[in-house]
Amino acid sequence: MFAVIALVVGVALGVIFRPTVPVGLVPYLPIAVIAALDAVFGGIRARLDKIFDDKQFVISFISNVLVAALIVYLGDQLGVGGQLSTGVVVVLGVRIFGNVAAIRRHLFRA
Amino acid sequence: MRIKRPTPGSASIAVLLLLLGFALVVQLKSRNNDADLAAARPEDLVRILSDLDAQQTRLRNEINDLEDTKRQLDSGTQGQEAALADARKRADELGILAGTLPAEGPGLQLDFVAGGEPVRAETILDAVEELRGAGAEAMQISGAGAAGSAPVRIVASTYFVDDGGGLRVDGAVLEAPYRVTVIGDPQTMLTALNIPGGVVDTVRQHGGTVSVNQADPVRVTARHAPVSLKHARPVS
Repeated sequence: MFAVIALVVGVALGVIFRPTVPVGLVPYLPIAVIAALDAVFGGIRARLDKIFDDKQFVISFISNVLVAALIVYLGDQLGVGGQLSTGVVVVLGVRIFGNVAAIRRHLFRA
Repeated sequence: MRIKRPTPGSASIAVLLLLLGFALVVQLKSRNNDADLAAARPEDLVRILSDLDAQQTRLRNEINDLEDTKRQLDSGTQGQEAALADARKRADELGILAGTLPAEGPGLQLDFVAGGEPVRAETILDAVEELRGAGAEAMQISGAGAAGSAPVRIVASTYFVDDGGGLRVDGAVLEAPYRVTVIGDPQTMLTALNIPGGVVDTVRQHGGTVSVNQADPVRVTARHAPVSLKHARPVS
């Protein structure tokens, strides 16, 4: 409940303040957002499976974001930033699809 | 997981999701600007690019044209001002020569004092012609007494006639002694007046004197009324 409210508040803040992304963060923000989404969908699935754990969610969320940012940073340093970003997005996308499929099965029994 | 009061765990989840929502919106907003172009096909992009190029060329041409026009207007204004100043200077010079404008400058003052016999008109005319020959640029003559105190400008058409004991100049009667004020090169005019058989000499022979004073500036204040031309037209 608090989580949904917090999400809405965050969106509202972003709409109200319209901040510009700092140049240094431009390559990392999209990947970090997708990593966080992956963690969120994982959390929703875990909750539907009745195995949701606060601590685990927080840790997976933070570590997802940090690892994603780290991979992009590493890719940038190695000169393969674009490809590695694509790889991260593909992997996270597959995971999100998997999680969404599990959620769907839970909700619709199909 | 329906809880009535926030536990530390759900609070941190809330914070994280708040950050997520914020970052999501920020990222979406920052991508929005180029969304149209990013979704466009290469052919469209090429067309848009060539459109922009054409527009740039057109605007650049327009800038050049406007700068040319500005330059022309500037130089036109300058030319007009120069022409106007030139015309004004010329009008001043012609006004002085025609006697319609007062003038001042280096020159001489000649006082004709009669001796036994009055100073005759032809003597004054001789003096005027001598001064003209010596490069006099503006002259006036004045007499003594209430009637003749107003000076008369000497121009090309000025005449001198004896009138009893006085002198008629352009219709005005002057009484002796006469004073001629002349603007020109003083040395040349002095030389011209003092040559043997010249003006000073002639007046002396008739018992009079001519006193010549050099001054700078002398003022020729009398004005000749401009004549309106009836027949002559400028050739242009």
